[in-house]
Amino acid sequence: MEHTALLVDWSRAQFALTALYHWLFVPLTLGLTFIVAIMETIYVKTSDEKWKTITKYWMGLLAINFAIGLATGIIMEFEFGTNWSNYSWIVGDIFGAPLAIEGLMAFFMESTFFAVMFFGWNKVSKKMHLTSTWLVAIGSNLSALWILLANGWMQHPVGMHFNPDTARNEMQNFSEVVFNPNGVSKFLHTISSGYVLASLFVIGISAWYLLKKRDTEFARRSIIVASSFGLLASIYLITTGDEAAHQVALTQPMKLAAMEGLYKGEQRAGIVAVGLLNSSKQIGDDLDPFLAKIEIPDALSILGYHRLNAFVPGIDDLISGNKKHNIISISQKMQMGKIAVEALGAYKIYKKEHDMLHAQEALKTFEAHEKYMGYGYLKKPSDAVPSVALTFYSFHTMVGLGFWFLVLFIITLYYSMMNQMHNKRWIQYLALFTIPFGYVAQETGWITAEVGRQPWAIQDLLPVGMATSNVAPTSVMITFWLFAILFTGLLIAEVKIMLKQIKVGPEGH
Amino acid sequence: MDLLTLQEYWWFLVSVIGALFVFMTFVQGGQTLLYRLGRTEDERDLLINSLGRKWELTFTMLVMFGGALFAAFPLFYAVSFGGAYYVWMAILFCFIIQAVAYEYRKKPDNLYGEKFYEILLYINGSLGIFLIGVALGTLFSGGNFVVNSSHLSHWTMQSYGLEALLNPFNVAFGLMLVFLSRMQAGLYFLNSLDAPAIVQRIKKVVTINFIMFLVLFLFVLGMILFSQGLVYNPTTGVVSVKSMKFLHSFLDMPILLVLLVVGVVSLLWGVFIALVKNSDKAIWFTGFGVILTVTIVMLILGLDNSVYYPSLADMQSSLTIANSSGSHYTLSVMAVVSLLVPVVAGYIFFVWRSMDKTKLTIDEIKSDSHHY
Ligand code: HDD
Ligand code: HEM
Ligand code: HEM
Repeated sequence: MEHTALLVDWSRAQFALTALYHWLFVPLTLGLTFIVAIMETIYVKTSDEKWKTITKYWMGLLAINFAIGLATGIIMEFEFGTNWSNYSWIVGDIFGAPLAIEGLMAFFMESTFFAVMFFGWNKVSKKMHLTSTWLVAIGSNLSALWILLANGWMQHPVGMHFNPDTARNEMQNFSEVVFNPNGVSKFLHTISSGYVLASLFVIGISAWYLLKKRDTEFARRSIIVASSFGLLASIYLITTGDEAAHQVALTQPMKLAAMEGLYKGEQRAGIVAVGLLNSSKQIGDDLDPFLAKIEIPDALSILGYHRLNAFVPGIDDLISGNKKHNIISISQKMQMGKIAVEALGAYKIYKKEHDMLHAQEALKTFEAHEKYMGYGYLKKPSDAVPSVALTFYSFHTMVGLGFWFLVLFIITLYYSMMNQMHNKRWIQYLALFTIPFGYVAQETGWITAEVGRQPWAIQDLLPVGMATSNVAPTSVMITFWLFAILFTGLLIAEVKIMLKQIKVGPEGH
Repeated sequence: MDLLTLQEYWWFLVSVIGALFVFMTFVQGGQTLLYRLGRTEDERDLLINSLGRKWELTFTMLVMFGGALFAAFPLFYAVSFGGAYYVWMAILFCFIIQAVAYEYRKKPDNLYGEKFYEILLYINGSLGIFLIGVALGTLFSGGNFVVNSSHLSHWTMQSYGLEALLNPFNVAFGLMLVFLSRMQAGLYFLNSLDAPAIVQRIKKVVTINFIMFLVLFLFVLGMILFSQGLVYNPTTGVVSVKSMKFLHSFLDMPILLVLLVVGVVSLLWGVFIALVKNSDKAIWFTGFGVILTVTIVMLILGLDNSVYYPSLADMQSSLTIANSSGSHYTLSVMAVVSLLVPVVAGYIFFVWRSMDKTKLTIDEIKSDSHHY
């Protein structure tokens, strides 16, 4: 079933909107739960009441964030069904499992121990309270694990086969799904990005207290914890980011080409560190894709493939094919895909007529071309190219910010260890103004991953156009606007409440 | 295990999760009683805080219900969510607004005011539960969908599920859950609050909601037992009509009938000891009764060659546990994962016990550093 472009666009817009909103809150939860767990551990170890105050203060902000994280999360779970119902059938046999496991393993853990963490201070022992806090942290990261394995599977589908009788993909090997290198690298990169964001958040807000010259002891201690945690996390983040790029190179060469704005493939390809794209550049023409750029030679081959001489295919190579490097053109893939689609249709008809001989033949043809079935649904080769500008700029924003955060953590850790933070106003301002950039890096990271995957809902297998529900575009449009209004309304309330709590401060002035 | 056993096992798990969710909706019922039971601000705060320690569990149970359906019966997930689009979206909106309301209601500078968040809680407790009941009702009364030979589906009505509201059975089902959740809320408060003024008002609330619930329950149960239902032929998969389908199923599987009766009796006993003997333990009996009854009513839909989601547009498109499930491999893997259920149930029970050792009082809330 082909869907109207309008329906596909609204469905994509709605998913993008709700996911981007959900992602405003999740990374802070992922990291802040660990930071408060560390703080509470120090409190339990030292019995210093100051640490208890510090712990409770950050927990208060966590609660405000957590509530809206839940609100934006529930819709995502069900959206696969409501808006991507063909998708839910075609890959539900594999994709549903991690979602269900996430609920069972992670969400119950979070929500059960969350209640102890907030209301149990006087009800349970110190030890049990601390354990609960750690369990909330572990629970939230477990939920990230399963959802990211699901997402990693969309980027690189493994462990399944297509069943022509049910017309869907069925799981064949659960451990391949769980140990999918793409999913694992996604998980590690994403949770560490959450730790980085939470550290920026804690440091930035503490810096504000220093700017206001109040609660300085509280701010100093918070900054030391968050800078140490953030520094470790950001080193790890950059390492895992490199691994993420390596995975993309192996399994999603078109995404990599878009991330780098690379049209003509080359050996010893360089990385454009900063670049301005030429908007009149077309696939296959001879224009330079960049109006201006600063390039680091050889870096892309090394980062992407871990080999100096590796050939990195560009968009043109992937579209038109490249004999020398064994790359099949998209139009050839489309042709083979169409054969697969037709053979599958024929197989079904023969089977209905109980003509087993012909059915077997059709099945053979199908199986020979199955690998490219997804391409059979594309209309023209250029459909296989994601938005280069969006992917390129998003990726470069994220990476640039990643290095900046590392530098910032080094500075704040150094000066807070030297007990100099309180009289370095420029650092305090820097830390404060970096908070929003933490969020920018998060969102652009996801835009890189998800927009770069287009037009595939499941890489090479299922184009988005095939994946939606069969509802009227207007109904999705209506819900899109309802979400936009509701979530924005809630976000504004959340920010206001958060700012007020920050003003009130740890001592409850 | 063979495929059918796995399908039945998973339908059983889905039924239990559904039943636990229905039990947990006392949280929603309580949200509709804030002003009925709480006369002063302190009293309302007490009520909200008592519910506030449990609401996430209800919420998570709903998410789990969706997740289990997705993993085990992906065709239902696709057909119903993607078809009865407006109903499910309306339900989701009712739950989105709940999630922020507890935390933001009392916070200074919350932009819309305390009252606004109380209204959100009210909508969640009334409309949200009503719509869930309507959606559950359609498992018996059916939906307007067609599934094609590639198992892709579409809805035949432009109202995308809202037409279910025109069916009296669905409406009765929805209202039944609303009254049940309010009654359960009353019994939950009896058990968890130390506030004589509130407790005094609870009895009347429980009585009224119990009577309303009972009338609707008898109507719904009668409709289920005596209306015609759909069955499928296990070898050909062809669906046909059978009169008094579910009555026959109960008679074929008397153990289910017995369990149903036990469930109902337990519920009645709970109400009796609350109203007549002034017991504060009633919730455990009614709770057990609700869980058992709902499990059995859901379970019967999946066993004995029943259709669990009839199609009103094309009878042969109707869903059964056999034609809508995940593959044998996935169901087995997930069956292994389901061994975690007792662990999860265990720690929930343990935490619940240690947090509810003593009854909640207004003084405790006031002295607690974090409260809703
Ligand atoms: C604080 C946020 C943050 C920062 C500073 C970085 N990342 Fe990142 N990145 C993410 C937050 C993030 C993310 C939001 O967590 C993403 C989105 C999808 C994912 O797996 O993680 C992501 C995705 C993502 C992808 C795409 C993965 C895919 O398409 O599957 C790559 C290649 C990188 N990152 C690489 C890097 C590198 C080389 C960085 C060097 C500094 C870097 N990221 C910093
Ligand atoms: C990068 C991807 C995601 C990660 C790491 C993630 C992680 C989390 C975390 C940590 C929470 C806890 C609450 C909070 O946000 O503060 C949460 C909530 C939630 N998320 Fe996400 N999420 C992601 C995307 C999604 C998607 C795509 C879905 C849809 C299946 C989803 C469904 C949910 C649900 C249903 C909740 C509410 C949970 C509850 O009942 O406790 N999330 N998510
Ligand atoms: C929470 C972080 C996430 C963000 C910010 C995000 C962002 C996006 C965006 C921007 C799109 C639209 C892409 C386009 O149409 O050009 C999209 C689509 C989609 N994403 Fe994500 N995503 C996130 C996580 C996930 C996860 C964890 C999953 C799966 C488990 C997922 C599944 C999907 C699906 C099914 C679509 C629709 C089909 C498609 O456009 O490919 N997303 N997401």
